[in-house]
Amino acid sequence: MKEIKYQDIVDTVAKLCIDANCLIGDDIINAFKNGLKIEESPTGKEILQQLIDNAEIAKKEMIPACQDTGTAVVFLEVGSDIRVIGGELFDAINAGVAKGYKEGYLRKSIVADPLRRKNTGDNTPAVIHTEIVPGDKLKITVAPKGGGSENMSEVKMLTPAAGWEGIKKFVVDRVMRSKANPCPPILVGVGIGGNFEKVAYLAKKALLREVGSVHPDPFYAEKEKELLEEINKTGIGPQGFGGRVTALAVFIETYPCHIASMPTAVNINCHAARHKSSVL
Amino acid sequence: MKKITTPLTDDIVKDLKAGDSVLITGIIYTGRDSAHKRLVDAINANQELPVDLKGQIIYYVGPAPAKPGYPIGPAGPTTSERMDPYTPTLLKYGMKGMIGKGNRTPEVIEALKKYTGVYFAAVGGAAALIAKRIKKCETVAYDDLGPEAIMKLTVEDFPVVVVNDCYGNDLYEEGMKKYRKI
Repeated sequence: MKEIKYQDIVDTVAKLCIDANCLIGDDIINAFKNGLKIEESPTGKEILQQLIDNAEIAKKEMIPACQDTGTAVVFLEVGSDIRVIGGELFDAINAGVAKGYKEGYLRKSIVADPLRRKNTGDNTPAVIHTEIVPGDKLKITVAPKGGGSENMSEVKMLTPAAGWEGIKKFVVDRVMRSKANPCPPILVGVGIGGNFEKVAYLAKKALLREVGSVHPDPFYAEKEKELLEEINKTGIGPQGFGGRVTALAVFIETYPCHIASMPTAVNINCHAARHKSSVL
Repeated sequence: MKKITTPLTDDIVKDLKAGDSVLITGIIYTGRDSAHKRLVDAINANQELPVDLKGQIIYYVGPAPAKPGYPIGPAGPTTSERMDPYTPTLLKYGMKGMIGKGNRTPEVIEALKKYTGVYFAAVGGAAALIAKRIKKCETVAYDDLGPEAIMKLTVEDFPVVVVNDCYGNDLYEEGMKKYRKI
């Protein structure tokens, strides 16, 4: 049984919160650069260049790339052979979020109650997803998620007869209705299968993939390509001003499901697709 | 690229067309949901406003905290539609421009025509870059609203794009139609 110190988890989470918000991934920056090559709209090209410059400023000065530093979404892969000493695991995660958002000058965007809406002041609590895995490691991924793009996401309980065409229609329609609101160019996480609550998780988890990575199953790799092409025909373009580059990537995650069901979820992410991981 | 200086006049607004890239220099004011409600309540009650918004631009923004030595933290636009119910009243009062992101209601687009106003979008997510163009920031009204208080920003070459001009044009609609292939 490996022992992991409470304080090490706090410090790791704090650093991941800051790094995720200030350091836009190379995969995203490369996608902006590729976008510049294919974008036909002059305004669209200007936007993509501004986003490249913005990421550079954020990195150089260690300031958040976007003022909406999001809900702190934390994915944990907990090895079955670890034990946290000096405190509880979830307490450590939340203490790390509070520390990171304070020390990194990140915006505190969480209210304690959805209707009474008083800000918690430290961006806690985090939304934590936990998987138990074999081994003696703790993998922590922090993926801050902005409100504007999250508001454009949706779950639909499609049935098997809808087929791939039904899924495609739902995903493209969801993007069309979102227009400029989620700050395109976007990343589109698509969950298919599982059940009502599982499918939303799949769509969110899909967004952790690197832009440019290919789905391991050639069948879904082809589907992702098809969806991306279709979305980039909508003409929404960077920031919704019109253009070719509406989405940088589409990622699909699937899970077995009931004979009567084909749940589908779309989780839209703005271009500031932020996630950083660390293994303890 | 057009360059304009605030406050805005009818002539400046009339020269702006949907799709124009514009650099703004001068003073702009911040305002979000709660500040809008208070401003409109004051106008409806014939009370004097804490800031004179005639000819001015309101920027929909909730910045991140400023690091020591910075005038303001990263400050990109927030979604404009939440301010739509208040906008026609403010345009009638004399406000000339707004900066945000996302579509406006037909009522707002109509009010821009009627009162000669303009709606700009700033690049959502380019908050670090945008903050570089903000040179000074001071709270001027509704201090008690915290991050939603009205702040006076001194900006230089603040980059925006005209979405809705005073002629009823809409870049979001026209831009998308131009590049749509389905």
